[in-house]
Amino acid sequence: MLYNEPSPLETKVLTRRFGMERSAAIETYLATDGYRAFQKAAGMTPDEVINEVKASNLRGRGGAGFPTGMKWSFVPRTSPKPKYIVVNGDEGEPGTCKDRLLIESDPHQLIEGVLIAGLAVDAHKGWIYIRGEYRYLIDIMDRAIAEAYAGGWLGKNIQGTGFDFDLYTHTGAGSYECGEESALLESLEGKRGVPRIRPPFPAVAGAFQSPTVLNNVETFCAAPSIILNGGAAFAALGIPKAGGTKMTCLSGHINKPGVYELRLGFPVKQMIEEVGGGIRNGKKLKAFIPGGSSCPVLTAAECEGATMDYDSMAQRKTMLGSGGVIVMDEDTCMVKACMRLMKFYAHESCGWCIPCREGTTWLNKIMTRVHAGGGTEADIGLLGDIAKNMLGRTFCPLGDAAAMPMISFVEKFRQEFEDHLHGRPCPFEHSGVGVTA
Amino acid sequence: MTFSPQLEARFAKLLESYPAGRERAAMIPMLLYAQDELGAVTDELVAEVARRVGVTPLQVNEVVSYYTMLHRQPRGKYHVQVCTNISCLLRDGDQLLEHTCKKLGIGNHGVTEDGEFSVEEVECMGACSWAPAIQINYDFHHDVTPEKLDRLLDGLRKKR
Repeated sequence: MLYNEPSPLETKVLTRRFGMERSAAIETYLATDGYRAFQKAAGMTPDEVINEVKASNLRGRGGAGFPTGMKWSFVPRTSPKPKYIVVNGDEGEPGTCKDRLLIESDPHQLIEGVLIAGLAVDAHKGWIYIRGEYRYLIDIMDRAIAEAYAGGWLGKNIQGTGFDFDLYTHTGAGSYECGEESALLESLEGKRGVPRIRPPFPAVAGAFQSPTVLNNVETFCAAPSIILNGGAAFAALGIPKAGGTKMTCLSGHINKPGVYELRLGFPVKQMIEEVGGGIRNGKKLKAFIPGGSSCPVLTAAECEGATMDYDSMAQRKTMLGSGGVIVMDEDTCMVKACMRLMKFYAHESCGWCIPCREGTTWLNKIMTRVHAGGGTEADIGLLGDIAKNMLGRTFCPLGDAAAMPMISFVEKFRQEFEDHLHGRPCPFEHSGVGVTA
Repeated sequence: MTFSPQLEARFAKLLESYPAGRERAAMIPMLLYAQDELGAVTDELVAEVARRVGVTPLQVNEVVSYYTMLHRQPRGKYHVQVCTNISCLLRDGDQLLEHTCKKLGIGNHGVTEDGEFSVEEVECMGACSWAPAIQINYDFHHDVTPEKLDRLLDGLRKKR
């Protein structure tokens, strides 16, 4: 089903089957070029498959943005160990709700993407790790996998190509940290979701200590189009260093929140005004988080001239991230918004390394105090100090994911922090809109 | 310990899904699916899963304590999970949580006396573009207003 009206400004590649009748069924998939990319890839060498993905300029869509073709090329194909494919469907980055739709509306596209990765690295087994809250998606995926086995698109000697592949779903059980690749692998192995020290990277020692390709749902879903239409065609949809489209989730104070597939390099202002229908209630834009809550926040002024791609966001010292665009209007209390994020990171820190466990806890406590009016000038400095001492000092990116937005909120909205000090009530508490109501 | 035939079939399939000698990987799915049937992770379940995947009960407990969806105490028949993370907060998710608690007469993490309902404030559930969102057990409800929530809960009450 569709959750929001599509926008005419979308570039429908991964979402082209969305809204079709029975879009998740294998018959629909096969009738719309489904599994043709697998057959094409089966006639190519692994290097040809990887080169096509490299040519597409596809970068990881989970948040880190690592070039996918390069990631696949790191798998040592001469290793005597079995190779595995793991799909990260642990979508948990606040602001992000896209993988859900990709699985719900087109599960076979994901299966085909996994098969293509399997051909590229000589893997014959894979798991789709789906967060526990998405139980209905596990059911949809299990049905699609059963259809694929019955139709000869999974299992032994797939369509007479001599290629074998077995695919399973695996449920998470409530943990943001398990979206981090090494914690996900621990969780897949039946352990606490605690990150692993790297190197070795998953490409060398991943699931069950075997070479593993681990990508986000959206990344795998791009593979069939890339193989079928060529990497160059996919690359041409985006901008020079980042190919294709990005599933973009608009949320917050916007008239038409929803998930839209936009070409990379889409102008931010046009996205907010035309795709999202502008800020609701005729209000003005105050701030904007471009790619999930871990990305530094941008002010309305910083959105001028910005485009939705890796480089434009890097120039503004933030990230494209997962595509979770969070829009905040002029009445939003930035202290409260920041406080809520710090509460989240404190809750989700796995507790394994001290800078993250203690850092997120203190950021949460101080933010709570500041928002309640109990803070002093020293607290503002302390927030920045703690955050800066977390950066780059944790086992996994969760520490950075808390520290980066923290630093940006204080730097860009310092006045609002000061307005909360010395017992003053929140100045936005009675403005009657959204976060502040 | 005996489970339903469906659950046993699921367990059997899970135990075949991982490389030989890596049965421990089935632990988390087994616990969650069993919890759905039993209502909570009981001591007996911990021991049973430990036996089936070849680890100690302590190793299972260590995992149970990590994951927020696994719980040792039973929750309400209808577990109402209200998201208050950023995208939901911007659309009054925090007020929705307050309303839910008031409506049911319990606090966050509380269970109603009749065991029908429980409430939990949860982190981002992946429904940001349709905020505020809640989950009742595994069912998503989007763009939830206090009125919509009242209708939902009243509807579930009548089902009894």
